[in-house]
Amino acid sequence: MNAKGRVHKFGDNVDTDVIIPARYLNTASHKELAAHCMEDIDAEFVNKVQDGDIMVAEKNFGCGSSREHAPIAIKASGVSCVIASTFARIFYRNSINIGLPILECEEAAREIKDGDVVSVNFDTGVITDETTGKTYQAEPFPEFIQNIIAKGGLINSIL
Amino acid sequence: MGMTMSQKILAAHAGLDEVKAGQLINAKLDMVLGNDVTSPVAINVFEENGATAVFDNTKIAMIMDHFTPNKDIKAATLVKQTRTFADKYDIKNFMDVGMMGIEHALLPEKGLVGPGCLCIGADSHTCTYGALGAFSTGVGSTDMAAGMISGMAWFKVPSAIKFNIVGKPQGYISGKDVILHIIGEIGVDGALYKSMEFAGEGLKYLNIDDRLCIANMAIEAGAKNGIFPVDDITREYCNGRYQGTPVEYTADEDAEYDAEYTIDLSTLRPTVAFPHLPENTRTVDEIGEGEVKIDQCVIGSCTNGRISDLRAAAEIFKGKKLAKGVRCIIIPGTQSIWLQAMHEGLFDIFVEAGAVVSTPTCGPCLGGHMGVLAAGERAISTTNRNFVGRMGHVDSEVYLASPAVAAASAVAGYIVDPAKV
Repeated sequence: MNAKGRVHKFGDNVDTDVIIPARYLNTASHKELAAHCMEDIDAEFVNKVQDGDIMVAEKNFGCGSSREHAPIAIKASGVSCVIASTFARIFYRNSINIGLPILECEEAAREIKDGDVVSVNFDTGVITDETTGKTYQAEPFPEFIQNIIAKGGLINSIL
Repeated sequence: MGMTMSQKILAAHAGLDEVKAGQLINAKLDMVLGNDVTSPVAINVFEENGATAVFDNTKIAMIMDHFTPNKDIKAATLVKQTRTFADKYDIKNFMDVGMMGIEHALLPEKGLVGPGCLCIGADSHTCTYGALGAFSTGVGSTDMAAGMISGMAWFKVPSAIKFNIVGKPQGYISGKDVILHIIGEIGVDGALYKSMEFAGEGLKYLNIDDRLCIANMAIEAGAKNGIFPVDDITREYCNGRYQGTPVEYTADEDAEYDAEYTIDLSTLRPTVAFPHLPENTRTVDEIGEGEVKIDQCVIGSCTNGRISDLRAAAEIFKGKKLAKGVRCIIIPGTQSIWLQAMHEGLFDIFVEAGAVVSTPTCGPCLGGHMGVLAAGERAISTTNRNFVGRMGHVDSEVYLASPAVAAASAVAGYIVDPAKV
């Protein structure tokens, strides 16, 4: 599996309240959630984002509330992959559980710039910044988690 | 090599003699929790995948606390969906308006969590129950759905940071000042993926409400869980209350910690977290008189909506009035806390000071209802997060503090040391 898209770059400690503000948590509709994705940190995000785009952020991405609405909103907005130096742990497991691909890679998170075109090979964990030509190696998932992903998410892996 | 307290609880629930940090395990759950925001998402996952039974209808709690009493039609629809599901599967601990309280105040109070239990909750502040010697952590709705179906969850066994608590707190120091001080020191990702294990002779000065407050905000340092050893204070609280069988785990003498900190309670000062991260802390001595004027004060939440918190606020408010232009909203955490506060006469003090008293709800903490801020407004709040837009408009600000500091600031009109009011 691969992803390729234009990068939307964010900084440290992007919390789930700015990813999807609580005022929109009165719905569980993926489409409605996507319509307000990142609204409180970049009000233009929903107008700019295109199918397949890639989100890159620095440390502790997805901190705060456990709301699964956050990775749902990101995935439903068309984002194909999130790369960060580190993820907050609940966001990390929520993403795996719902099938939003995420990668931890500090160097890539630091160097890739907003608007760059990036491709990702999920099998090898290789991230290529096609704008600069530089490649990065992300941490591979442990086998246990690869199995959850391979089965299409947590529920499929237990039922 | 020895195990930490958290690792021992995980090992026991995974049926293993030993676990190591980084190991991935499946463990049996004693409690699976959701609220009115996260349960509907879990129910959708449950139903869309064709599940037809829950693992144990006594070990699931659905607490309708975030946007209740329902703030709008959409919120009412989510609660209705949850109520219908709870009826269908006879979920014993479905709690609606009238029974419900703020989930992390309610579950300990009802004895649904206790020493040695393993709990997951689709709410990040599920880490609160570590105060009782439980391993308890926040997850998402899919984990909740999987937990409801199988009674199991996967965990990466965490390493730990140890906090040795020493000394005796002075003046207005409460659990909130302790945890804000710690987050200020280690940062909002200072304990990322790790356990925060508390120990030391100073713990005897922290009552159960202080401990619940401290464990509650472990997530604000990125931690997987916060946990306290079980002692007489825990036993006194849980005896006759906890519905399960308490099991007391202790960390091995040779348990390894990634880091150790000593927190001397005697040197702590009332502490405030400035916008927009809980790590942006300053003591009240570092805030100029009149420097941070406030429009609203919120006293409540899963962090500080317990009886000790309301008493601390009442002690400050007694015989005083709110500063002109300040609104104050007081939210007891549960129905039982609400009744107790009323019987103790605290409501007279609050209302005479000019504050209002709400039914239990998470409400303003997450900008839901009952005290949402306009652009440019500032609140001092006993809640747990001060992220951008957390309590309302993206251009509003939240300052986190203890009930004593919040009440004193509501009287002064600006953030102040409670000793000065």
